Amino acid sequence: MGKTNQQKVKDFLINNGVIIVMFILVIYTGITSDNFFTGNNLMNILMNMSSRLVIALGIAGCVITAGCDLSAGRMIGLGACISGMLLQRMDYSGKFFPDMEPLNVFVVAVIVMVICAAFGSVTGFFIAYLNVPPFIATLAMMEIVYGIGLIVTGATPLGGYVKEYTNVANGKFLGINYLIWIAIIVAAITWFIFNMTRHGKYMYAIGGNPQAAEVAGVPVKKTLILIYMKAAAMYGLAGFMLGAKAGGASIQTGYGYEMEAIAACTIGGVSVTGGRGKVSSAIIGVAVFELLKVALQYLGVDANAQYIAIGIVIFVAISLDIRKYIAKK
Amino acid sequence: MAEYKLELKGICKSFPGVKALDNVQLSLRPGTVHALMGENGAGKSTLMKCLFGIYKMDAGEIYLDGQKIEVNNPDEAMKHGIAMVHQELQPVPARSVGENLYLGRFPTKNFGPIKIIDHKTMYAETEKWLKEVKMDFDPKAQLGTLSIGQMQSVEIAKAVSQQAKVVIFDEPTSSLSDNEVEALFRIMNDLRDKGVAMVYISHKMDEIKRIADDITVMRDGTYVGTWPAAELTTDQIIAKMVGRELTNVYPPRGNKPGEVIMEVKNLCSIHENSFQNVSFTLRKGEILGFGGLVGAQRTELMEGIFGIRGVASGEVYMHGKKVKIKRPIDAMNAGIGLITEDRRGNGIFGCLSIKDNVGVSVYNKYLKAGFVLDHKNINRVVDENIKKLSIKTPSMKEHIANLSGGNQQKVIVSRWLANDPDVLIMDEPTRGIDVGAKHEIYEIMNDLAKQGKAIIMISSEMSELLGMADRVCVMCNGKLTGEIDQPEEMTQAKVMSYATRF
Repeated sequence: MGKTNQQKVKDFLINNGVIIVMFILVIYTGITSDNFFTGNNLMNILMNMSSRLVIALGIAGCVITAGCDLSAGRMIGLGACISGMLLQRMDYSGKFFPDMEPLNVFVVAVIVMVICAAFGSVTGFFIAYLNVPPFIATLAMMEIVYGIGLIVTGATPLGGYVKEYTNVANGKFLGINYLIWIAIIVAAITWFIFNMTRHGKYMYAIGGNPQAAEVAGVPVKKTLILIYMKAAAMYGLAGFMLGAKAGGASIQTGYGYEMEAIAACTIGGVSVTGGRGKVSSAIIGVAVFELLKVALQYLGVDANAQYIAIGIVIFVAISLDIRKYIAKK
Repeated sequence: MAEYKLELKGICKSFPGVKALDNVQLSLRPGTVHALMGENGAGKSTLMKCLFGIYKMDAGEIYLDGQKIEVNNPDEAMKHGIAMVHQELQPVPARSVGENLYLGRFPTKNFGPIKIIDHKTMYAETEKWLKEVKMDFDPKAQLGTLSIGQMQSVEIAKAVSQQAKVVIFDEPTSSLSDNEVEALFRIMNDLRDKGVAMVYISHKMDEIKRIADDITVMRDGTYVGTWPAAELTTDQIIAKMVGRELTNVYPPRGNKPGEVIMEVKNLCSIHENSFQNVSFTLRKGEILGFGGLVGAQRTELMEGIFGIRGVASGEVYMHGKKVKIKRPIDAMNAGIGLITEDRRGNGIFGCLSIKDNVGVSVYNKYLKAGFVLDHKNINRVVDENIKKLSIKTPSMKEHIANLSGGNQQKVIVSRWLANDPDVLIMDEPTRGIDVGAKHEIYEIMNDLAKQGKAIIMISSEMSELLGMADRVCVMCNGKLTGEIDQPEEMTQAKVMSYATRF
């Protein structure tokens, strides 16, 4: 209707501007640098992306309901530390629980997710039942989780992990690291939840119009709690993954990742005004972020100046996202 | 000196699809209160908003003291000495009375090279103006802590402080206590003595008789006439407000109401000035109309029944069994559906597709293995509804925001058809939609009644109410003031007389 091809091209360019610029940047980096387009480097990027994606998928749920989650970074730190404590070698001198045998890795992953989910459900309770704005509620939980993490770990870093744990990052299945498989499985489950369950549809409805959702009989409060609980479990899992990859952890692990995850979601097309966003949005956003960082590294941009570049990308991406929303009115 | 303080001539204003004002006139004599009357939607508020510069009129002229003036925004209106007192115009509740009074024109003083706000003068002046309107509360009090009546007197004080020559009162008494109304009338009498011309919009006949000097009646966006208030009786005013023929846009009725399906007993809101002690019954296959003026608390009552608003006491029975409704989901499980008045506010999900908009209430019905959505069957149901209600859309994936108002309304109706309630409450079901879609909605309502569903329809459009309802309940000021079940008694005058029984 009415739209000329020229307009369509213009709309496409503006709506996907950040992604197109990234694409060009990646191609340029690949051509000018020798070992950018190598299997090794690609695997490296995917490894970095995997935990970031798990975080972004968790936060995406919050953002789709027009919320956010500032506690993600500290939850990741807590998750990484708890995983570390339960998976240290018996012969490691600084072992946290000197007399405790390390647990099974899978069991630890589950424990971490359950603990974080408990914290997330508390955040969700305050948001859903006491109407605390998500920004404030998750800010409060961020402080609480950080404090608990400091007390529990005594602010000392952890290391000396059992081989089974570091193997979660280094081990491979079909030539692809377990870490990446975990991200793929989490993405698949999240896609299923978003698209194939009531919970997912309710999430979009709440984000689209919370009053209408209430009137339509959507269990708004329950859904909100579940969203923050589920997200927290995913931060815990991401902490577990980061610890495995780094071979150590401290309560500072994951600090600031929540901002990057929110920004990544938005770049990919999750609307901060709620109701819009897909699993693919989070994947694209995380990819843009990781590729940007690596490409700048390869191009020899000063590591400190990279922050400026990231900031600019966030500015531009969010302006374009809001522009789309206003144009629709 | 011109005979009239203010004259409006040939005012026209159209909104998409509606002609809200058609060649309307209004002439205010200095030192008088001029009542502007008409049914809901007659165009009173629209006319005042044109005068005050909130709306831009399509055609027409405004004369102040015989001089033609242009009013493009409220700021210009105020510069001309036109002020508006409206209960919804609470500028900044979180700031003090003085700051609100001087908002945008703060008195300043020099502080070295820069200008700063002169708080001392501001509060002293505020106190003076408050005295002027016989109010003596603290000018430093936070506006939000005052009662609505006090807030209004702040607005009036503001008008007085600006030496307003014309003051518009748009339903100022609808939420005032009797004492506050007396205080308002005292101030109005003072203003009258000072030669200020006032426009007074209200539905309350006794107040009109007390305070008004002249009465202008509007109907369907047109000017009916102006009379000295003393010459008209209440019945004559009502007759002039409603005097129009019912147009034949309603499908023929033939509903045969069956057994009682729903009974509401002594329902009271948690808010004192909302619905109180409302009881009514609803039968199978019946369309029950709810009439009343804006502010009669009809919407609040229905939202109370549906579990959106707080209910202090009273019972709701479905099929003879008492049901407990705390949230909408309880109402839905009891077999009640609600199509809300504010389609944008709590009806549609603008950024979601038609499918998601219909599906949202019925996901519980379409599950595989207890938790996986059965998209195939959901698609089938949505598709059937799009066809049945002839919703004009390229596909069910289209965003609902891209549809016209009428089609959006049909999507909401589909949501409830898919949910299959026994009782469907429709609050202003045809507000803001075009005539064709209106007729389609009426057909759907009649079909549902024939299938044995019961419908409650709130309508502020008199002809719709009388044209569609098998029985009419009328509310006024939170109370059920009348029920009309004999077809020959269903007249506009009868509804209006119940609706103004304050």
